[in-house]
Amino acid sequence: MPETVTFYLFAALAVGASLLVIGQRNPMYSVLLLIASFGALSGLYIQLEAPFVAVAQIIIYAGAIMVLFLFVVMLLNAPKEDAAEWDRTHPLRQPGVARWGTLLAALLIVQLAMALMAVGEYNNPVGAQSDPATVNSVADMGRTLFTRHTFAFEATSILILVAMVGAVVLARREGDQ
Amino acid sequence: MHAAGAVARPARRDGGALMESLLRPVVIGAMIFIVFNLLIVASAILVLAERKIMGFMQQRYGPYLVGPHGMLQPIADILKLVFKEELRPKGADKWLFTLAPVLSVVTAFVAFATVPFGAETTLFGLLDEPIKLGVADVNVAVLVVFAVTSMGVYGIVLAGWASNSKYSLFGGLRASAQMISYELAYATSLAAVILLAGSLSLREIVDAQQGTWLGVLPQWYLFLQPIGFIIYVIAGVAETNRAPFDFPEAEQELVAGYNTEYSSVRFALFPQAEYINMVTMSAVATDLYLGGWHFPGVPAEFGWIVFLAKVAMFLFVYIWMRWTVPRYRYDQLMMFGWKYLFPASVLNLIATAALVLYLNA
Amino acid sequence: MIPLSHYLILSATLFAIGAAGVFLRKNLITILLSVEIMLNAVNLTFVAFGRYAGDLDGQIITFFVMTVAAAEAAVGLALVIALFRHRESLNPDAFTSLKW
Repeated sequence: MPETVTFYLFAALAVGASLLVIGQRNPMYSVLLLIASFGALSGLYIQLEAPFVAVAQIIIYAGAIMVLFLFVVMLLNAPKEDAAEWDRTHPLRQPGVARWGTLLAALLIVQLAMALMAVGEYNNPVGAQSDPATVNSVADMGRTLFTRHTFAFEATSILILVAMVGAVVLARREGDQ
Repeated sequence: MHAAGAVARPARRDGGALMESLLRPVVIGAMIFIVFNLLIVASAILVLAERKIMGFMQQRYGPYLVGPHGMLQPIADILKLVFKEELRPKGADKWLFTLAPVLSVVTAFVAFATVPFGAETTLFGLLDEPIKLGVADVNVAVLVVFAVTSMGVYGIVLAGWASNSKYSLFGGLRASAQMISYELAYATSLAAVILLAGSLSLREIVDAQQGTWLGVLPQWYLFLQPIGFIIYVIAGVAETNRAPFDFPEAEQELVAGYNTEYSSVRFALFPQAEYINMVTMSAVATDLYLGGWHFPGVPAEFGWIVFLAKVAMFLFVYIWMRWTVPRYRYDQLMMFGWKYLFPASVLNLIATAALVLYLNA
Repeated sequence: MIPLSHYLILSATLFAIGAAGVFLRKNLITILLSVEIMLNAVNLTFVAFGRYAGDLDGQIITFFVMTVAAAEAAVGLALVIALFRHRESLNPDAFTSLKW
């Protein structure tokens, strides 16, 4: 019973924050709302009994990637989108789109929910199949990462190195050394 | 050495009488209440301790008039701050200006939630079965502390941005760049300790340090990882923006940096967050390197006194460092973090890994 | 106990919100944020299925997805900075010099 409460709480927070992210004019607020959404997702991961993924989500996404976004927003002094132009050009604020689009989106979500729930298997509760003690352990994850997925691991580390060098080169001012 | 174990919930699977469904929230709530108030009291004591110790190091008495030997000085400070006028610059962002100190102080408190400060105890027979002293015992506690302290960066960077003033913005940006740079050395020295203990749970790391060698030397990781300890302490000091790494809030340089425009209660939350971060860093360093609540010859029930003594010693060293060592300039600070501290911690990790492999093979 | 379908509907909704953000927003940074939302939705699906099947691979894949997302965010933001320096605008409609 408390699981249901926490699930709906975190789910509502994640969906609400994400909707606000794409609806905000001020990019600074968008970044902060996305951090809130990541926090809610982290709570969901804990509920799915994946503590390492939950903490990694906070460390990597909310703690590092979002700091990067925040720096860029502050550095560029990203302007708030102009209010009048926002109302004029924003597709969701045209009356036709607002009414019919919302209706269509709601219909599609209901259809999707019905389709997913119609698959008999997916109605089984998560975690009924397996014994929690065997599901996760940071040691097991490390072991698997370094034995079965070694190639992907090494490739990812090269990817990060390339991205780091690329980011520095791209963001450099021309004429600088 | 044992693996990190099962899911992130209290280790006792059946729960026991004390953890039954109705009593458990009460127990957890009581623990949270106690720890929360202890942290606030600790920050108040630190306000006084800093000024007294600073005074004695400068061959003068510190605060002397309020209360016996100045002991009620923190109360006077807090009352003064509460009665000041709450200012907000006109161009400051309404929500973010208030959110920033709140975020700082909330992350500071939450970081202490997974830090254990005592052994399992029955409180001298008051309870039927032992409870663990600590708000929560999760099996990834080390990572949780790291994650929450890395969220503390946001409080500072938002404070700098929301004040709509160039001094604050520079202070905020510099502080956050410093904090994320020293997080690397912090995490790598943590990784070396995790290798030694074989677990991410702070309680298990502490319990791996009990016992003594030759009956005399306690089996603390301080003796197995002296360089790692020094790196961790330096990175911890830089993370909490304390001297000699407190350039972002230096009075002489940036007119108090990111908290220039703050006043009254919003201002008071920043130093409070800083003091509680200090306490958390000291507590985690005690758990990781100084054996937590273990001391040869002290029974487990009094472990929390040992823990308090070690944390107090760390805090004294923090204050001592602030008033003894001159401040680093910002570029010296960043160069030190990236070019010296981080490579040193990586070498430390590699050496530890090699030794663990060699001694276990 | 929460049925698996609930998690799948939630992650489908998040993915749709992210996709809507990419299509509808006229600010480069918000577009990148919407891409991050989509990647998170995918992570949630992986972890949910992994827990459902009792397999640890679900969590391992999220590890890689997070790393790739970090790399992509870094390069994407560097591009945004470089673009901003040219046109002083974050509106994707301002970069039309390759249009015929």
